[in-house]
This record gives sequence, structure tokens and C-alpha cells, in this order.
Amino acid sequence: MPPSAFSTIDAALAGFAAEVGADGPVCVRGGDTRRRAGGEPAPGTRELRAPAGIVALAPAEMTVRVRAGTTVAELHASLAETGQRTALPERSGGTVGGALMVGESAITRLGLGPVRDALLQARYVCADGRVATGGAGTVKNVSGFDLCRLLVGSLGTLGLLGEALLRTVPIPESEAWFRLRGGDPQEVRQRCRTAISILWDGAETWVLLSGYSPDVAEDRQVLARLGDVADAAGPPALPPNRWSCTPAEAAAFAGGNGAGPHGATAGIDCVAEVGVGVVHAAAPQPPRPPEPGVAELNRRMKETFDPTGRLNPGRDPLRRN
Amino acid sequence: MATLLGAAARRLGRGADRAAPTADPDAALAADLRAAIGSERVRADAAARYLVSRDASIYSEGTAGPLCLPTSTEQVAACVRIAADHGRAVVPRGAGTGLAGGAAPLGRPVVLSLTRMNELLSVDLDNGVAWVQPGMVNLELSRRLAPYGMHYAPDPSSQQACTIGGNVATNSGGPHCLAYGVTSAHVVSLEVVLSDASVVTLGDLTAEPAGYDLRGAFVGSEGMCGITTAAAVRLTPDPAAVRTLLIAYDDVSSCAATVGAIIADGIVPAAIEMLDQRCVGAIEDFARAGYPRDAAAVLLVEVDGPPGGVAVAADRVAEIAAANGAVSVRAAADDDERARLWKGRKSAFGAVANILPDYYLHDTVVPRSRLVEVLEQVYEIADRYDLTALNVFHAGDGNLHPILAFDARVPGTMERVHAAGREIIEASLAVGGALSGEHGIGVEKRDYMERMFSDADLDQQSRLRAAFDPHCRLNPGKVLPSAHSCADIGSLRAADGKIWG
Repeated sequence: MPPSAFSTIDAALAGFAAEVGADGPVCVRGGDTRRRAGGEPAPGTRELRAPAGIVALAPAEMTVRVRAGTTVAELHASLAETGQRTALPERSGGTVGGALMVGESAITRLGLGPVRDALLQARYVCADGRVATGGAGTVKNVSGFDLCRLLVGSLGTLGLLGEALLRTVPIPESEAWFRLRGGDPQEVRQRCRTAISILWDGAETWVLLSGYSPDVAEDRQVLARLGDVADAAGPPALPPNRWSCTPAEAAAFAGGNGAGPHGATAGIDCVAEVGVGVVHAAAPQPPRPPEPGVAELNRRMKETFDPTGRLNPGRDPLRRN
Repeated sequence: MATLLGAAARRLGRGADRAAPTADPDAALAADLRAAIGSERVRADAAARYLVSRDASIYSEGTAGPLCLPTSTEQVAACVRIAADHGRAVVPRGAGTGLAGGAAPLGRPVVLSLTRMNELLSVDLDNGVAWVQPGMVNLELSRRLAPYGMHYAPDPSSQQACTIGGNVATNSGGPHCLAYGVTSAHVVSLEVVLSDASVVTLGDLTAEPAGYDLRGAFVGSEGMCGITTAAAVRLTPDPAAVRTLLIAYDDVSSCAATVGAIIADGIVPAAIEMLDQRCVGAIEDFARAGYPRDAAAVLLVEVDGPPGGVAVAADRVAEIAAANGAVSVRAAADDDERARLWKGRKSAFGAVANILPDYYLHDTVVPRSRLVEVLEQVYEIADRYDLTALNVFHAGDGNLHPILAFDARVPGTMERVHAAGREIIEASLAVGGALSGEHGIGVEKRDYMERMFSDADLDQQSRLRAAFDPHCRLNPGKVLPSAHSCADIGSLRAADGKIWG
């Protein structure tokens, strides 16, 4: 019996691989929500679309198999019918492939975890035009090297994603946003165990409580003891730029006068993800030069996976922000 | 560095011309290692080398060169550099609890035991991490974090002995990984020594480090991409409430069916463990943990979190169990009873020794919906090969741990054990399963990789490894079948023609 991997490459994936081929610079276009992340495609790069569509919902496995060109919104709409969702961020028109390749987590990362942990199996087209599978079709797997983790955030520079098996999580019975005036967001984090998102602009805190009804009700009471709490329709509007900070830096950042780490200034218009470290700011984050050894490993990784540099030329994950 | 690698490559090239092994082939190497890290930290005697020639698996054909016991990152780097100078591979090692031969040294490499680097370096509550050295024992870390109301979530059954460095190498799991995730989800950043003896930090404490997720690519690489010398691990707050249920069944199928029913209901318990009657008997003989001997199978289900939800979820689990044919549902009355139940569960593998002296443990994963049929096949296969099968496993994520117990002294037994193991793996892969859920591939499962992955898949895995260790100097001969790791073969032949020659 031959290995099972090839037999599960469906016509959509095979067609995508044929389009990618084995030669010439090529990139994949998603929903254009983060088109400039890590740089724009080099001139002359052939632009493709990844195949779309949900392949298999498996609520009892808590997984979903989906093609990369599917929008996250469409995926979540289908999953909602089974009472589940994923940790992927839902941006207007944003695709599953785009979300995974950019690797930015949703504002619910505090509770749902980072995007990088959501990918269980990836089927992608390699630089040589073959389809490869990383990971396994199960919720747990350590069979060999972890290509899935390597691919998330790689901006399509190591392989072009065609299909993903994603981990799903149940949608809890109770979930609501609250807005807190006064009170310490760090205390919210310590005391409200159902908080899956805590957003702080230095003056007010937005909290998404999520879980079993009695626990959410209890945490709502905790919020009332911490400050002036009101129901909120959703999170605040987020400034356009994304900073990657440590949780401690993010706390100081939003709590101070906008002075960020390493002497940078983002302006006072910023919203910090408490306990996570992402800060949404008006100004772009200054470049953060990697240590030379890390830059060298990044270079070797790209060269090893894509010796001719044909996959998404012009894009570099070291310049993602 | 180019000079160093070039010199090493020349040495490798000369390997075939080496003199017959009458003189001590390690003398010059050991002398250089002693000069670099101190003679008290290098052991080249036969007894020391024998002790590190294997791990907890049944693989027994390892051959170790000098054993080094470094106490700092600089010493680890020095050992790696000297090994390269002598054309030798390096095999890092923690507590040796691995179950796939991952730490078994092939081809007389320098063995680095990281157990003397066992400090808790810092607890950083603001960033929710602790920096630890690789030799820190898993359970000891949680004990040290307890005063902060925190713990380290991955909890392999060997947690009283296994080290964080080894956990990183195998991407270890454990019962509570069902809700909390495996090691990869709990490692934020790593300081590692690469095969060229350079020291790099993979990942950092920021939310979204720039560049490829080298941290994620490294975790689970079985010592083949670098040597962990420090790890920043995530602190997990202790749950506010815990409820542990022991559910008994008259038949294995009803027990397994309950697992899928719980998940399908939208409940994610912290752990769902399943034990069959033979396993319960072994545990009770050994640990007297309080499991019902007369049940055909039992589930150990733990729910944790805020108290309100824990009560709701525990009641719901009990209802689902009853609807699926459970004959009894018992909640642990207090922390002592809960601790006894878990002690029993985690001593299951040791308890097998009361039945037969040896065991071979598989670690496949199957979709939850296929648990019943694969379990039935496991029993059928074991019966056919006249072997004793016990099942105790992480049912919640479909991670089977069929134990084939046997007596290796009986002629012909090993052949039956391997044949039965192969059939269990084929049965798991046939339903879309995975070769290993948490133990890793090592050398034991290496030649099964081609049953799960295509040429293109293995080529990609080989590239990941090559980017970290282009000369295949670290733990060669593991994970990747030989056709996908040619450089490993060259490296091993150079050191000891007997292994691969």
C-alpha cells in the first residue's frame, strides 16, 4: 500500500499546483487585508489565487479542513452552525491562507491562543512544484519536524498554502463585551478568568468575557467592583499599525504617555492587548533588527526551501511589521 | 567558522581510512573535552558510556563516545565545537525517559547530558514566563512555581524524572494537554547551541517575533536542530476549581464512545484518560489507587476552570457517560483521592512489570470517531500474535498507547512484538491517524515515516533540519529514513562503520 499522502490531494489542490508550476516568480493574493506585510511582491511576479471552499467540517473531531482561498468569515459562518470557531482573525475579506501566512493573531489571543497553534496540517506547493503535507490529520502529532509552525507567518516564502486542517474550539454559551472606566487592566486579567480579550487604551479597558454563564456573570460582578462597567457593542476601533511587544512593555506603553519600548513613540493613540503584548498604534513600529544568528537562520531557511527565490519574492518575514 | 567546518569535513572524509579499533578511538577527543570543560565533567569509561547508550525504549544498539556533563551554555558550545573538530556527532540527553530511542547514541558520538544545568533562572510574572535550564525536571518546575499560584501545564507520565530540555526535544504531551496544548504551545523562547557551536535565541517574549517561527520549528526536532541551553516557558495559572470523575463501563466500546460524545457536546475537559481492565488490574496491584477492578474499562475525566462552569461541565459529563452505558460515575471526594487516581494513571507503565518484564509502547493518534474500531483491532492483533495488550491512553485527543507486554527472554518473542506493532501502526494510519502523538520518532519509529509521509513531505522535513544543521552533526540517524538523510549516513559511517556499514 503506498503512503496515503498523495491520494488525499484533491483536484483543486492538484490544479493549484499545476498553476504554480516549477519555474518563475510566483505569489498568492488573498483578501488584500495585509498585502504589504513584509514587503510587496517584486515586479514581474506572477499572481495566483489559492483554491477556495470548505472541504470537511468535523465537529466531533474539533477540526475543519478548508482551502486556503476561503474567507475566514465564510469559514466561521459555517463553523458557527456546529457551535465552533477557530483562533483565526476575521478581517473583512481576509482569507484563511492569508491569516495563516501573515500569522497575526486575533484580539482574542489571550483566550483562544495564537494563530500559530491553530494549524494542524498544511498541504502546500513547494518551490519545485510538488505538493507536500506538513503535520497530520489528527489533533495531536509529533511525527517528524513541525513544518506547520514554520509555515505560519512565513508570508508564503517557503511554500504556497493550498489547504489547511485547523483546530476548532467550541463557542461558549455566554459571551459579551464590557467597557470599564477606571480599574487596573492587570487586575482584570488576574481576577477575570473568563476574559479572552482585554484591550486597554491607557484610560479605558474593553473586556470580552466568554465561558459558562455562571462564570461570566460572576466576572461581570468582579468588573463592577473594579470600576465603572458598561455593556459594549464590541472592541474599540483599533489604530492601523501593529507593534509586537512583551506583555510588560505593552502595559507600560499604554499606561504611560505613549512612549514605547526602545525609545520609540507611538503617540497616545494606542490600544494594548493586555497579557499578550500586541499594541495597536497610530505610528508604525520601528524596525527591530534580529540578532545576527537569527538573521542567518532565516536566510538559510529561505535558501533551503526555495533555492531560486521564486516564492513570493519581495516579501520577507523579518520585515513583517 | 568555514575553516572549522572545512576541517571537520576533511576528517569525515578520512573516516573510512581509520586504523582498526585497537587503540582507544576516543583518547584525543576526551582529552580535548577535559581541557575545555574540566576533567570532572567528562567520562569516557565503559560504565558511563554504557549508561547513556540507551533511553527508556527497547532500542538497545546505541554506542556512546565520551559523556560530557556541561554546566553552562559556554561549555555546551565548547563540546559541540570540539566534537566537530574531531569529526564526531553530538547527542544531547536529558533524563533518558524517551520512548522512541531518540537519545540513543548512534556511531559513538559525544553524548551531552544536560542534567547538571537544572536551575530555575527567573520567574517573570509580568511577562507570564519562567526561564529554566534544560535539565530542570518537569514536575520540579511546577513545584517551584506553586508559590506563585502557577504551574507548567504539559505533564508527561514521566514528569517526576523527565526534563524540560527533553520535553522541548520531543514536543512532549501529557494527559492535561487535551485542554492546555502540548509543549510547543508552552515554550515562548529558547536559547540554543547550533551545530556550528554558535548560540542563538529563537523566539522572544514579544507577541509576534519577526521572521520565521524558528522556535516552533525547533520544538520537537529531537535534538537534531540544536541543543537547548535555556527555555522561557509559559506560566499557567492554577485552576480555580477542579473536578475529577472516575467512570466505569462493562465494555470497552461504550467507554470509547463516551469520549467522542463528550467532545461533540462542546465540552473540552482538561483531561480524558481511558484505562482497560488489564491496565486497571496492574495499577491496583502496584499503586492501590482506587480504580474498580471489575470494570471492563474506565475513564478518568477531569474538568477545571472557574467553579460555575466546572460544576456544569462535570454534571454534563456524568449525564453523557450514563447515556453511553456507564455503570458507575464517581467524583473524587478530595485532593487526596484525586492525587491517588492520577498517581495510579501515571504509574501505569511501571506497573506493567508486575505482569511481564518487558513492554513495547506505541503512541499512534487516530481520529476520535475511529477510537472504537482501532481499539478492537489492537486487541485482535495482540491476540493473533499471542501477546498481552494493555491500553491506557489519552482518549480525549485520540492518542493511543497500546502496551504490548512480553518476556524478551522467550525466543522468537521480539519478532512477534515487532510484527504486531507494525500492524497496529498500519491500522492507525489506515483511518487517517498519525505515527506518534507525543513520544516522537527517534530511531524506533523512523522507518515507519514513509508509511505516513510522501517523498515530497519527507524532503520538506529534511530541509527544515538542514537549515539548522547543514552537516547533520546533531543526533544523526534519527527521525528521517535514511533515503531522506544521506548526510547522516556519511557522518555515522565516519565514526563507526559497524552501525551502518
